This record gives sequence, structure tokens and C-alpha cells, in this order.
Amino acid sequence: MSLSQIGTDAAGVDATAVPVAPQPGMVGRSPGRLAWARLRANRTAMVSGWIMLFFIVLGLAAPLIELLYGISPFEQFQDKIANNSLPLGYFGGVSGEHWFGLEPQLGRDIFIRLVYGLRTSLFIATSAALLTTALGIVLGIVSGYLGGWIDGVISWVIDFALALPFLIFALAIMPTVTARFYGPRDEIPVPFRIGVMIFLFALFGWTGTARLVRGQVISLREREFVEAARASGAGLFHILFRQLLPNLWAPILVSFSLAVPGYITGEAALSFLGIGVVDPTPDFGVMINKSLSYAQTDPAYLIFPGVVIFLLVLAFNLFGDGLRDALDPKSSR
Amino acid sequence: MTHDAASPPYLQVDDLRVRFSTADGEVRAVDGVSFGLQRGRTLGIVGESGSGKSVTSLAVMGLHDPARTRITGAIKLGGRDLVGLSDGEMRKLRGRDVAMIFQDPLSALHPFYTVGRQLVEGYRTHHAGASKAQARQRALDMLDRVGIPQPDRRFSQYPHEFSGGMRQRVMIAMSLMNDPALLIADEPTTALDVTVQAQILDLLADLQREFHSAIILITHDLGVVSQVADEVLVMYGGRAVEHGTVAQVMRGPQHPYTWGLLASIPSLHGDPEVDLKPIKGNPPSLINVPSGCAFHPRCAYAMKPEPCAAQVPQLLAVQADGHRVACHLPEPQRISTYTDEIAHVGVAQ
Amino acid sequence: MSEALLRVRGLTKHFAVRQGATGAKASVRAVDGLDFDVHAGETLGLVGESGCGKTTTGRMLVRLLEPTAGSIEFQGRDITTLGRRAMRPLRQDLQIIFQDPYSSLNPRHTVGKIVAMPLEVNGIKPAGGVKQRVQELLELVGLNPEHYNRFPHEFSGGQRQRIGIARALALRPKLIVADEPVSALDVSIQAQVVNLLRDLQRELDLAFVFIAHDLAIVRHFSRRVAVMYLGKVVEIGDRADIYERPRHPYTRALLSAVPDVAAFGEQRQRIRLTGDVPTPLNPPSGCRFRTRCWKAQDVCATEEPPLVAREGSAQQVACHFPEAVGVVNEHVSEVAA
Ligand SMILES: Nc1ncnc2c1ncn2[C@@H]1O[C@H](COP(=O)(O)OP(=O)(O)O)[C@@H](O)[C@H]1O
Ligand SMILES: Nc1ncnc2c1ncn2[C@@H]1O[C@H](COP(=O)(O)OP(=O)(O)O)[C@@H](O)[C@H]1O
Ligand code: SF4
Ligand code: SF4
Ligand SMILES: [Mg+2]
Ligand SMILES: [Mg+2]
Repeated sequence: MSLSQIGTDAAGVDATAVPVAPQPGMVGRSPGRLAWARLRANRTAMVSGWIMLFFIVLGLAAPLIELLYGISPFEQFQDKIANNSLPLGYFGGVSGEHWFGLEPQLGRDIFIRLVYGLRTSLFIATSAALLTTALGIVLGIVSGYLGGWIDGVISWVIDFALALPFLIFALAIMPTVTARFYGPRDEIPVPFRIGVMIFLFALFGWTGTARLVRGQVISLREREFVEAARASGAGLFHILFRQLLPNLWAPILVSFSLAVPGYITGEAALSFLGIGVVDPTPDFGVMINKSLSYAQTDPAYLIFPGVVIFLLVLAFNLFGDGLRDALDPKSSR
Repeated sequence: MTHDAASPPYLQVDDLRVRFSTADGEVRAVDGVSFGLQRGRTLGIVGESGSGKSVTSLAVMGLHDPARTRITGAIKLGGRDLVGLSDGEMRKLRGRDVAMIFQDPLSALHPFYTVGRQLVEGYRTHHAGASKAQARQRALDMLDRVGIPQPDRRFSQYPHEFSGGMRQRVMIAMSLMNDPALLIADEPTTALDVTVQAQILDLLADLQREFHSAIILITHDLGVVSQVADEVLVMYGGRAVEHGTVAQVMRGPQHPYTWGLLASIPSLHGDPEVDLKPIKGNPPSLINVPSGCAFHPRCAYAMKPEPCAAQVPQLLAVQADGHRVACHLPEPQRISTYTDEIAHVGVAQ
Repeated sequence: MSEALLRVRGLTKHFAVRQGATGAKASVRAVDGLDFDVHAGETLGLVGESGCGKTTTGRMLVRLLEPTAGSIEFQGRDITTLGRRAMRPLRQDLQIIFQDPYSSLNPRHTVGKIVAMPLEVNGIKPAGGVKQRVQELLELVGLNPEHYNRFPHEFSGGQRQRIGIARALALRPKLIVADEPVSALDVSIQAQVVNLLRDLQRELDLAFVFIAHDLAIVRHFSRRVAVMYLGKVVEIGDRADIYERPRHPYTRALLSAVPDVAAFGEQRQRIRLTGDVPTPLNPPSGCRFRTRCWKAQDVCATEEPPLVAREGSAQQVACHFPEAVGVVNEHVSEVAA
């Protein structure tokens, strides 16, 4: 039968099958657009989304802000530090010139250091999240769809990685790796430290995404649309990346958006413990570490970085939750 | 017929309306349904999915969430109006005066408790004075009564250890523990195979004779209704469109939707080479019910725009006693039409 | 009779499972030695209660499941063990329609993409372009071709099922396995889809293996019918034989259990089976129906009845004590009279 014949047959076929319009009220809307509409309607998610965006722009535009603000993160204002090494003036030296005041002792500007710290933090967290998500997707899909011994091995590795205590491992690995490449007296370059941190996060972090993706794939692979593709002769690539992957974007996006704040706190924690970024590179963890000794005498030094990191992590988390509710309305309370 | 016209019906539903507010708008799930039911009689409620059958029965059970639901009208059970009763009062009635069987017994049974424990608890809620031993004996009797072999062994098993048909029997046993005067069965056999369905329907009929309860049997299967119901209520778009005895509705259906239902089901009789006659289109959304007669977009006899698309037809009595129908077509025309419409189905006249 | 399009011999599927708390190995004998033929343009109905192996059979026919034993021949060629590549050209002739209108369509793909999938997978570029072809298919199954860019969630169950049918037709198959294609639909919509399938069969000369648990639907759609019980065919024959002169006790019981509107008001004699279908993990010895059969004798527990035609009838029955040829099902005769 020719193609045109199929076309003409149609006229004669099934009088009752009057072309019926889809139900009104939801015309031409893709699942993505529907999720977007739901996200738009969620006030908390939208507000935290804007806050998140604000922080990201701030971090990205740090050099520009430095230019406008007129102070570099390394500049020391010793003339504004009193003899007891605390900044002069009220509340840690807050003034029109130094919006968030100055650090005790060195007298560096806290505002501009926070802006740069934001940059460090977001860079590390986003890179780590990208890397872990990519790893997690590939291993999760392969493990979930292929099953069998491959799944057995990957699942075992996941369980193994989850059982390792991250902090202890990080405390042990950092000096070992550094010692492998640099002598005890060498200055260790910042990019190297950051690289090792991202590597550490990736090593431990992919398991969450992999588990999630694996579970989703297991529930999807038995769906009849996958069977339909197989029945038409589809190969592994088509099934994994054409049929399954489009159904995984939602959980992947959610886990990515929730991984970022996790790494922000993780990075701050490592740097706080002295095994991440070190002074003079601007960083939240380092700042908070130092500010602890002045908690009584100069609380502003603790409050400013504390509030910024709190807001940052809260905004990311709330937005991630909103995203989850929008993408999967059934899972919301 | 045990039907006693003089006594007032045990269950009397008047102008029942149930509305839900949802993000997409107000769902008019039940829109002015009235019917009465005597003890010892079975009412079959039929209609396509989404026609408001379950919502009607849940309203009688008082199982709607009051925060999201607006219920108006009257539901009189033994003379007492249930609409507006407090949760506590309703809980006292549930299980004792009115009980329910669901399509999926697994979701209605607690997975972590033995079947026996659930039966005993159901009994003791309403018989505070009953001892454990008495309740256990009652449970064993009921399990035996619904045809579960070796009740004392089954008593201490968990729901997942029962097959689908056996689970439905457990549900029936549970619903009968307190001798309810009204039993509501919502699609009780839809998930079961025909041979098991036949067993369960027989069982319900036997139990009804024995306990003299009123039964509401909800189903989308006219065949099931034709076999076990005494009366039939056909629902469409949240409204009752036809109501009568099973003989009236099966032999002399008067509503075009009922004709459509009858004509679209394949039968074991008649010429299999003749095409089925489907109802065109799809059931309506209850957020956007069509104006006038809700069936008008699918009705082959609709007189548009007046009156079918403009006025909601009332459920009015036809000549035969107790038979009511909601359609604007003049009665003589309905009567002259239905014989052709459903001739091929071959219902014995 | 002409050469069969599909020839199935000894088709068997046992699933290895682990059982209970100890995880002991066991095997589910889901399908246990089926023999049947399907001819071009013909429909074979496969009926039986849930768990009797209908879906497993259907999936083996389109090679979604590997048979444990037995052979499947399509157009004279043994396809039982063909690899994916060798199977590809045959996949175009052999398609499947699924039961669940929700899980059978990828929720993240447009209707156009769903229907075009078989073309894409097989690298087929129709003359007028993929889009035109897909729109022709949508029209063929009674959908608006302009809904090409819509997503499945915008359609009702019946419309989704039509999309699944359009997808199965995309490669212009010769045989379609329809696994309970209307079971999930409302009665009025069921009739629409059944009529569509019948029209398509007439127009496109399709052969069907039509799987359903609803005996009335199967009767309406299939010229030949096979009745399954616990992984076996217990009776197979022409529609009229199976429905009016059933010889196997199970077929009779099944027919008698159907609540049929047309039988309203009759005082018919019903056969009521007791108990449930036994588990295929441990099917009864001999005749698998014997635990529920009212005619069972000692021999039924020891000897498995073969599926054979007897006394010059084409109707095949697997029973030691079948009804005599030509005995009319009482309940049917009453109505016919
Ligand atoms: N709790 C609820 N909230 C909102 N809508 C509901 C609720 N329960 C039922 N509905 C809607 O009411 C309509 C009738 O439902 P139901 O009575 O369950 O139909 P059925 O006749 O299939 O039993 C459906 O459109 C359903 O979506
Ligand atoms: N993947 C599987 N693993 C184990 N048992 C299975 C599997 N698939 C089906 N079965 C079993 O095989 C039997 C037949 O199933 P199925 O073919 O789906 O029956 P039907 O379609 O007739 O309802 C059932 O007992 C079912 O539980
Ligand atoms: S009232 Fe009009 S539209 Fe409704 S069923 Fe009667 S004829 Fe049809
Ligand atoms: S072989 Fe025996 S048990 Fe099996 S169906 Fe026939 S009579 Fe019944
Ligand atoms: Mg319902
Ligand atoms: Mg099946």
C-alpha cells in the first residue's frame, strides 16, 4: 500500500471517530511549561529565586563592584584599626566608605571580601555540583537500565562511598595529596587547592544523584513506552537518551539545585577547618574561622559573613524545594 | 419482591450536591441527586468514570474532607439527617449503620496488622462491652460466612497473604461485622476476574437475604447491575439521568445516555459482525459541565440550542410507576426510539 | 488452508524468581507450551483470567521477552532466536498495542514524536516527510492531525489509545498484538476503539492477536478464539464453536460467569467455580484445571490432557472428558430460542 493510500483510506474509516479536541483549559502546554507556571505561582520559590540570582550576579560581577566600590579585597586600612587591633568606630567600623566595616587586625574591607568570597564559594559549589551530577547521571542510568552485575558493582560502590565519613576522609586526603605534589615549604597555589576540593566533593557527591537516577530509571524502564520503542527495534542509545533521559530532567534539576547549597556549606566547612581555601583568598569559611576569636569583642565580623552565607544557602534550598514541587506536584505535601 | 411501598425508605437522599474547590476551579461532582432505598433492596448506580458515583457514596459515608468540600441537600438514614453531623457522630454511625466495600481492598486494609486483629477492632469499636473472645468468635463466624476456608488459620494472616478474591471477602466480612443496615459497595468486583466476580456477587446477594440490609452497588458494568440490582440509578456529569427498577431501565430505557451505554457494550448474543454503537465524544469535565443537559454535546437527539443546551432537564416521572428520567424529548418519542436503539443488544423482553 | 502468517509451537516462558524470606529459587510457569497459528488478515482472540499468561505470550510474539522454549515462525521464518539487528526488518511487520494508555506514551514527547518514533528508530524517511506521514496516521485513527505538537497529558484515555494505535501502524505492520487495548477505557470509549480497530483491520488487511479478559469483546473482535488457563491453551476454535458449543469445562464456566445484559431476566443455570486460580509457581499435576473442575476424575490428576481435535471437528480441546461435539451451551440456546 502506498503512502497516499493511507491518506485516502482515512476518509472512509470510522465514522464515530470524529476528530476530538483535547480537553479545554490546557491547550498546547508542555510538561516543562506547566512546571514553569507552577513555579511562577509559588511566592517563596520566586522570592528565593530572585535572592539567589542577586547573589550569583554579585559574585560574577565582583571585579566590577570592586571598581565601583573603589576598594580591593586585599587593601589594608591600618589607620582605621585601634591599638587593641579592633576597627575604630561603631559595629566593627561600619561607615559610608566601608559598608560592612573592617576586619580586626589587618583592617581589610569586609564587604568587598564577602563579594569575592561569594565568587569563590559559588564557583566551587557549582563546579562540584555539575561534576557530581554528570557522574551521577551516567552511572545511575547505566546501573538502573542494564541491571545485573553492572548494577551490583555500582550499587556496592555507592553504598561504600556513602559509608565513608566525608570529613575524616577529607582531613586525611588533603595533606596527602598536597604532599604528593608539593614540598613542605612550597606555597600551594589556590587553583590547586580548589581543584582538590572539587575532586573531593565529586568523589563523594555523585552517589546521591546516581541513586536517584537509578531508582527513576528502574521505575521507568518497565513502562510500556520503553517497551514500545524496543518493539520497534530501538537500540540502547535511543532508549537511554531519547526515551529515558527526557523523563529524568526533573529529578536531576532538583538534585542539582539542592546540591549547590550543600557544597556551599561543605566548602565553607573545609576552609573553616583549614584544609580548603586559605587566607588571603577571600572565603566565607576562613572569615568565620577568624571571626570566632572576636565573637565577643567585634561581633560584626561574625555577623556579616554569617548572615550572608545563611541567606545564600537558605535561598538555594528554598528555591530547590520550590522547583521540586513545581516539577513533581504529586510529591508536594 | 420484599419491597414494601408503605414504609419510608431506610436511606433517603434529597437534592444532594457535592462541590470541591480545587486550583483549577470548582468541581461540581454531584449536582442535585435524589433517591430512596428500602432495606433488603439493592440499588445499582451506573455511569462512566468521573460521573460522580464514588463521590455520592462517600457523601453518604461522611468521608469527605469538610475543609475542601461543600455538601448541601439531605441524606436521611433511618430518618436522621447525616449532612452536617459532626465527625464524632459520623464515626459512630460508620461501620455500625452503614459500611463500605472498596474496589481495592488492599488499600482499605492495614498491611501491618493481621486480618483477625482488624476484624476484632472493627467490632469492638461499636461493641464496647464485648470481650476479646466474643469479638474473635464473631470474626471467625464472619470469615466462615463469607466463604473463607480455614478461618482460624486465616484469622492470623496478613492481608498480602490473601488473593484478590479472598481479600474482597475479608472486606465484606469486615463490613458485615456490625450488621450494618446499609452496605455501599464501590466497584467491588472491577479488579476481579469474572469467575471470582460471580462468586462475590452471589455472596452479596446471599448475605443481603440473610441480613436484610440495603445495598448500594456502584459499577460501570451494566451487566453486573442487570444481574444483582433491584433498582438502577444512571448518572451522567454528576446528575441522575434515569432511575427505575432494573426491569424498567433494562427493558424500557428512556434516556439517550442509557441507550448509549446499552448499545456500546458487546454482548455474548446477537451478531458479532455488527459494529458496536459507541457514544461519540468524551465524558465532560465536572469543572466545565456543558450547559443545559450535560449530555447534549454527545446526544444524537439533542434539540439545540433550545431546550437541550439551555435548560437542565428535571428528573421527572414517566408513565411506569417509579420510573424517572431527565430528558427534554417528549415521552412518546423516547418510547418509539429506544426499541431501535438497543434492538441489537437483545435484552429479553 | 494457506500458509500461516504466524506459527507458534511449544511456546514456553518460565520466570526464575526468588521466594519467601529465604529467597529460595523457584520458577513461575507463566506460559507452558502453546501451539497456535494466525493467518494473514485474521484475528485470533486470546482470553483467560488474569495471570494465565496472555501478556507474557503477547510479549514473546513481538520478541520483547525471550521464550524459554518453543518456536515462533513468522512468514515461514523462525524468529525465535534472531538478534536485534536481524529482527529489525521483521519488527516492521510485527507491532504491539499496550493496555495502559498512560504508561504507554512517553510523557515528555509530543504526539508527533511518539508516532514518528518507529520511523526514526528504523531510519525510514517517508516520501512526503515524517510530519506528513504522522499526520496521515493521526487522521487514520480519528485524531486531529493538528494536534501533532501536543503532549499526551492533554488527551483523554481513549485518545491516548488512538495515539498508541497510530504508533503501531507507523511501520505498516502485517500483524498487531493488541494486549487488552480497551480494558482501561470506559464502555462508551471502548466501543469507539474496538470499532476503529475493526475498520483498520478491514482497510489495511491486518492480522491481530487480540488479548483480553472480557469474553464479549473478544467474541466481537475475533473469528478464532483460544481460551487460556494457567499458562496453557485449554480450548481453541472458531468463534461460533467456542461461544455456542464450548467443550472444555473451563470455557463453559467462564461463559456462564459473564454478567451479560442480554441475559437479563433469564433464569439461567449458572456454573459457579469455587476457589481461585492456583499459582503458576506450583501448578496442579495432570490437568491444571482439576482443582476447580466439577468433572474431574482420578485420571485428571495424573495425566495431562493434550490439546486435540476430536471426532472430525476443528475445535481443539484439552480435556479428558469434554462435552460431546455439537452440544449447545444451554444458556445461549435459551436466548437464541
Ligand atoms: N476530593 C476531590 N477533590 C476534587 N475533585 C474530586 C474529588 N473527588 C472526586 N473528584 C472529582 O469528582 C468527579 C466525580 O468523581 P467520582 O465520584 O470519583 O467518579 P466515579 O463516577 O468514577 O466514581 C471526578 O471528576 C473527580 O475528578
Ligand atoms: N517478569 C516476571 N517475573 C515473574 N513472574 C512473572 C513476570 N511476568 C509475569 N509473571 C507471572 O506470570 C504469570 C502470567 O502473567 P501475565 O502474562 O501477565 O498474565 P495475564 O496477562 O494473562 O494476566 C503471572 O502469574 C505473573 O505473575
Ligand atoms: S435532554 Fe436533550 S440532549 Fe439531553 S438527553 Fe434528552 S434529548 Fe439528549
Ligand atoms: S481433564 Fe479432567 S479436570 Fe481437566 S477439565 Fe477435563 S474433566 Fe476437568
Ligand atoms: Mg469511582
Ligand atoms: Mg495482562
